[in-house]
Amino acid sequence: MIRAFGYNEFLFLLSAVQWTLMLSVIAFIGGGIVGLFVALGRTSDVKPLRLLATGYIQVFQGTPLLMQLFLVFFGATVIGIDMSPWVAAAVGLTLNTSAFLGEIWRGCIQSVPRGQWEAARSLGLRYPGLMRYVVLPQAVKVAVPPTVGYLVQVIKGTSLAAIIGFVELTRAGQIVNNATFQPFLVFSIVAAIYFALCWPLSLLSQRLEARYAAPSR
Amino acid sequence: MTYDFQFDAVFASWDYLLDGAWLTVRLSFGAMAIGLVIAIACALGKTSGPKPVRWLINAYIEVIRNTPFLVQIFLIFFGLPSIGLRLSPDVAALIAMVVNVGAYATEIIRAGIESIHKGQIEAGLALGLRPLQVFRYVVLKPALRTVYPALTSQFILLMLSSSVVSAISADELTSVANNIQSQTFRSFEIYIVVTGIYLVLALMFSALFAGIYRLAFAYTIDRR
Repeated sequence: MIRAFGYNEFLFLLSAVQWTLMLSVIAFIGGGIVGLFVALGRTSDVKPLRLLATGYIQVFQGTPLLMQLFLVFFGATVIGIDMSPWVAAAVGLTLNTSAFLGEIWRGCIQSVPRGQWEAARSLGLRYPGLMRYVVLPQAVKVAVPPTVGYLVQVIKGTSLAAIIGFVELTRAGQIVNNATFQPFLVFSIVAAIYFALCWPLSLLSQRLEARYAAPSR
Repeated sequence: MTYDFQFDAVFASWDYLLDGAWLTVRLSFGAMAIGLVIAIACALGKTSGPKPVRWLINAYIEVIRNTPFLVQIFLIFFGLPSIGLRLSPDVAALIAMVVNVGAYATEIIRAGIESIHKGQIEAGLALGLRPLQVFRYVVLKPALRTVYPALTSQFILLMLSSSVVSAISADELTSVANNIQSQTFRSFEIYIVVTGIYLVLALMFSALFAGIYRLAFAYTIDRR
């Protein structure tokens, strides 16, 4: 029996937004932590570390996010863990996000002039102090706009969790569509909700970029 | 507990996988070519069109860039038939990819066009070039050259994101993988091989783009 698209269906979509947001936050925080190490590895003076980080980024940026989710999801069974789509999506998105943020932040770290590194070294700072007090504070300033911009990609990326069966906004849209059979209406609303989440972040990122770009150079 | 890897099932369907990869390549190049034309037109409209046109192009870019590709595919494949436009999965996939990459490429090319100094255009006109020639030789080619790295990495992202069109069962690489998976249940083996194929495709694409750059754009010495 086909249901009409009504208030309840709309509420169901809205309540699925929390899962999209939850997944985005986990991927962003997890990806940020791992991504920091990737960025540090990528800019490290130690060659094996640099190669490892480069390979990591190359693999994650050179393969589809969907495949990465599948591999985490089915790979867990290989090592004998029964992983729910929810955990698989969180792990997969975290790894993917870390590679992209790592590469973005590498650029930000390298944008700090070499003289700053040399000055810090000659002041007697070792690597942790040099990063903590000299390089990273300056890199963060450059990193904020592209990082906010990347958050949009993270939110959109969570839609792929629908394909491995996790009920977030897109999957909720499919479920409502299967019950009401009004695909144009349902997916337009789903798209509009994503737009409402992502557009403010895009605008913020552009504004921050304009503000930071103006005085520095 | 140890897992018993069985790659035979994957290699038994090698032809089928290659067919899928070939469709992925064709879809990607088709979407790139059409998307590039759309992007150039939109970038031109956005930089020098009348206000309503600029507004429309902006709306197109913002909507596409702030909604997931998967939802765009669903809207095109499931949504359009309800207003009377029925598409095969392959065609719907191509349209979705064109629409998607067109928006991203417009922004990239616009940035390139805006990097061209006004004086260049005036110089071109002063030399007696017609406006269309000025656009083609003085604006577009150097603009594309400037944004070439950004544009080509967008194209590679497009190729990778084409795996998402498997959600509507277009017969590209990921769909083929899904089919083999559902017949053999060797999920991990198949997806790891297919992931490898995507990685190889991405490397081949970037080698190809580097080659095209050398052929088409290496006409001045880089002074940077």
